[in-house]
Parts: sequence; structure tokens; C-alpha cells
Amino acid sequence: MTATDQIAGPGASQAAATTAEPMIRLEELTKSYRGQKKPAVDRVTMDMPRGEIIVLVGPSGCGKTTTMELINRLIEPTSGRIHLDGEDVTTADPDTLRRRIGYVIQQIGLFPHFTVGENIATVPKLLGWDKARIGNRVDELLDLVGLDPAVFAKRYPKELSGGQRQRIGVARALAADPPVMLMDEPFGAIDPITRERLQNEFLRLQQQVKKTIVFVTHDIDEAIKLGDRIAILGEQSRIAQYDTPANILSNPASTYVEDFIGSGASLKRLNLSLVGDVALDTGAATARIDGTAAEARDTLESSGRSALLLLDGQGRPQRWVDARDLDRADGDLRRAGEPVSALVDTGATLSYALNEMLTSNAGVALVVDGSGAFQGLLDFETVMVTTRSIQRDSSDFYRAAKAVTD
Amino acid sequence: MVATTSPVPQKIDLEVKSNARWLVMPIFLTVVGIALWAWVSAQELDSIEQRTLNAGELTARVIEHLQLAAVSTLIVIALAVPLGILATRRAARFVAPVVLMLGNLGQAIPSLGLITLVVLAAGVGFKSVIFGLVAYSALPILRNTMIGLQQVDQTLVKSARGMGMSPMQTLLRIELPLAVPVVLAGIRTALILNIGTATLATFFGVQALGYVIFQGIQLDRTPVLIVGAVLASGLALLVDYLAGVVEHVLTPRGL
Repeated sequence: MTATDQIAGPGASQAAATTAEPMIRLEELTKSYRGQKKPAVDRVTMDMPRGEIIVLVGPSGCGKTTTMELINRLIEPTSGRIHLDGEDVTTADPDTLRRRIGYVIQQIGLFPHFTVGENIATVPKLLGWDKARIGNRVDELLDLVGLDPAVFAKRYPKELSGGQRQRIGVARALAADPPVMLMDEPFGAIDPITRERLQNEFLRLQQQVKKTIVFVTHDIDEAIKLGDRIAILGEQSRIAQYDTPANILSNPASTYVEDFIGSGASLKRLNLSLVGDVALDTGAATARIDGTAAEARDTLESSGRSALLLLDGQGRPQRWVDARDLDRADGDLRRAGEPVSALVDTGATLSYALNEMLTSNAGVALVVDGSGAFQGLLDFETVMVTTRSIQRDSSDFYRAAKAVTD
Repeated sequence: MVATTSPVPQKIDLEVKSNARWLVMPIFLTVVGIALWAWVSAQELDSIEQRTLNAGELTARVIEHLQLAAVSTLIVIALAVPLGILATRRAARFVAPVVLMLGNLGQAIPSLGLITLVVLAAGVGFKSVIFGLVAYSALPILRNTMIGLQQVDQTLVKSARGMGMSPMQTLLRIELPLAVPVVLAGIRTALILNIGTATLATFFGVQALGYVIFQGIQLDRTPVLIVGAVLASGLALLVDYLAGVVEHVLTPRGL
């Protein structure tokens, strides 16, 4: 397994498994407005694979929202074709088409005179579902986005917080179970802390619903976090690079892409590799916290390490002790040494682990599995080696790519 | 995920206060009515006064007055609301300035002059007066329908269209309900204009409450004049109050 494979993450493996038929195919899609010399969107051609989050990212005014609105034909293309699930929908009835495509805008656009339940029921009602089916679906969706139907179904949007409104917006877009969702900066108008939480929820939700999602944002960090694939757009929606986040970070296709990613690409890359994917130091000296100090000292001495990790009955890290701590322990290990810090899950990103290491001042992170049992140690050196190997690989690749084009 | 609860107790307090507000006007009008009746009963009425100031005659005048106001307002609603909707549609936006100009014209000309012009053209009678009232009160409904629709948050319209509502469904389910408060305010204004202006109908052969006032002036009978004036004012206040209640009831919840 190469380093590039390691950091590719879930998106890449999913991409590889995708069948040949994309969910959305844009062919030479162009939008020109009268009185403007240059088209707003110029010959965009893209395949969007099933079940993936495709992020359109670019500076404001680059035409990313226009491109998205061409897909559900809120804006009619001047030329080009749109295929949805293998079917050419360029001239299909737009209202019928839109009922097959979930839609969330930045302002969410909940109807203030509809209750939460009625808002979610919008598309099912348009599709003529019967009352019982709509009612069940509304309850199901409220549960899905983590809001209690008994409490929220009868509320009006003005009685909700920003985060709750956002969740209702997503539930409403999912109502008729459309295969495709379009989301235009859905987390744009939300405070950073709530945004972070909603993004995590959104990713968890996507694990369950597996929709093909076209997601527009101007925030490259959001794109890297959420996207299975990212399309970095330049002026007139021209695609500067369309690839997995890992490949974009490692092998930016142009200086434009490099500039757009900005500084700190190495740090951003750490967001893509999971703690569980790198080689952990599994040779740590460990002992049971309910054991004796003498046993612990034997283990420590034979391991050749300077400190020993005490685990509880379930194998969960409790305390760090060194030889002197053990001398002073008087047989009770429960108060010896120092409590552990910087515990990270195997599912956490390297970026998160590094942050934990820095804030806890530990110099090493304790990696645990889902139940909290000790898996191994992650130190600065491992993080640095991982980062460097990614960099070396990518710079070689980049040089090679440049040599070909030169 | 934590579900926040809305502050309910404060709301109940506000509701009690706002419910009490609805009682002020009926109580005031009842007091005025009783005072007027007591005052008239205490007067020695001569035969001329008795001919006007009796229950049958006054009831007929009030009914005539209400008919004028109701019929004219209904016609205005039927004309101005659809016109206002049309003027805000993308495809027909060019009619907006024309429509507004006509409405402005109708209201700019003094009502007496306007009705006189209509009567000169069509002769005296109920229909001519109605025509004049319609022309006079079209603007508030027209303008409020247009403003009401224009102030609807365009992101909601985009949202509705993006979910697959047709333009007509968007109009009926989203735009019009959200415009209701503003449109109703326009209808209320038109109704009050019509109630007030209907007093002038007496000059064109329709005997509404203006007739009672005019009799009082012509025959120099102060009790008749006062009863006419108080009834006309009281009726206007009552209708305005009722329109306010209707407005409150019809405003969609959640706004």
C-alpha cells in the first residue's frame, strides 16, 4: 500500500467501485446571457458518479451556482445536454424533472406559513401521495435528521433555530427520496461551530441515504471535508481540476488550483488520512492497572521503554508511569504517574490527532478503537513521515506531469 | 441532538393582552349607540324629525349604505386583485405602470367630481354611484396586491420552483398566502374609502346615510344632522373593526 493510497480515504475506493453509467452527465453545457460577450457557463462537460458527493468549488462569480441550477433547469441552458440517470432531460418537463431532484439553497427557503411537517410534505404532495404515506414519511425524515416528530412536525419555521431549519431543509429535499440532491452553500449562513456539527451529521446521513449530491461552496476546506470528488472551477465555470480531494491536494493540476487550495496544503492533507490508516507503534509497554507494581516494573524493564501504559480490565488506557513512579507506588498503581491524555479514535483524521497531541502537550497520541481499547501509539515522527512521503510522491508525480506537458 | 423548546409562557401573556384589545371598539360603539338613543329619546321631535328619525327609516338608510359599500368593494376586489397579480407576473410586467397610472388617476380626482362625471355620462342611480366608487377605491387594492406579491422573499419562490411547483402552484400556495396580510390591508382601506364616500350618494339619487345628514342640513334640524353624522361615523368604525378581525383571522399562521 503506497502513501497515496493510504490518504485516498473512503471517497476514492467508492469512486473506483462506481459503475460506468454516471448519475449526472453534463455535455458541453453552456449558458449565455443576452448582452454579455462571454458565456456565464462555458462548455462544461462532467460525469457525476452515483452515490458520491460532488463539490463544485470556486471563487464567487465563477458560475458554480449557475452550473448547478442548469442541472435542474432553474436556468435553461443555451446549448449542451443534461443526462440524468442515463436519460436525456435537456428538454423534459422542468417541473416533473425537479420533483426528482432534491434542492436546498443557502437561505433554506422554508415556507413560513407552512408547518415543519407541511414543508417536508411539499414534494410528496405535488406527487399526489396519499395522506397516510405522507404522514409516515414526514415522521421518518424528522427522525432521520434527529428531530422528534411529536415536538417539531406542528411547529412553524420561525420557531426553529438556524441549525434546526437547516436540518428541515435537508429533510424536505429528501422527502420524495430523489436519487439526486442539489445543495447550494447549505451551511453558508450558519455559525462555524454549528456548521462543523451539521457537516458531520450530513456526512453520517449520506452514509445512510447514499444520494448523488451536487454541492456548491466557495470554501475549499468544506469541499475537502465533504467531497468524494471536487471540481475546482475557474471563470465561466471552466473546470480547472476535477478529482478526489487527495489527488487535488497532492497533484494540483495548475497554479490556479494551487493558489485556490492556498497555503497549508500539507495540513489540509492531514484531514484526508485517518489514524487507522497509518502504521502505529504497537510495541508500547503496557500493564494492568489492577496488577502489582513489581509486575509492571518487570514489563517496563524488559521492554526497554522509558514509560509504561496502565490499562484497565477492558484494555482502556488509564495512566502513564515511569520507573520512579513505580518505586513510589506502594503497590497501588491507581494513583501512580499521570493520567493519560490525547486519546484518539482510529476513525479520527491525522489532523485531529496532531491537534490533540499539540494541545495535550503529550508528544504522542494514544490510539483506541471504537470501544476505547488501546491499539497503539501515534507520535509526531509518524505523522511527519506520512506527510513527507505524501509530499515526495506527489512532487515526483507533479514533476513528471510537468515534464510531459513541457 | 438537543431539541430546544420555544418560550411558551411569555406568549400566553401576550395573547391575553391582544385578545382584550379586540373588545375596546365594540364596547366604545355600544356606549356611543346607547348615548345617541338616550339623547334622541329625550328630545321633543316635531313631525319632520319624526319622519326621518324612526327605526324603519334609519334601518333602510343603513342597509342602503352598506349595500353601496359592499357591492363596490366586491367589484373592486374582483377587478383589482387579478390585475395586481397580472402586473407582477414576469411575462406581463409591462402592464404594471399603466395599471398603476389608471389607479392613481381614479384616486387623484376628487371623489365627488369623479362620481359626478360618471353620473353625467350614465345618469343618476345605484349603478352610476357604484361605478364611481369602484374607480375611486381601486388603487389601494391594486397597489397593495402588487406590493404584497413583490415583497414575498424571492428565495421562497426559487425554492418552490426548484422543488417542482409550477408557476401557478407557486402563486396559489406560496406567493398569494404570503401576500394576504398586505392585500387584506388594501381591501380594508378600500372598504373604508367606500363607506365614507357612499355618503355622497345622496346627491345622485341613492338614499344612504348621506341622505339623513343632508336632510338635517337642508331642513335645519340638528337632531337629524347629528344622528346621520354619528351613524355614518359609527358604521365606518364598525366596518373597519370587522375588517380588522377578518384580517387577523385570515393572516396565515407562522407569519
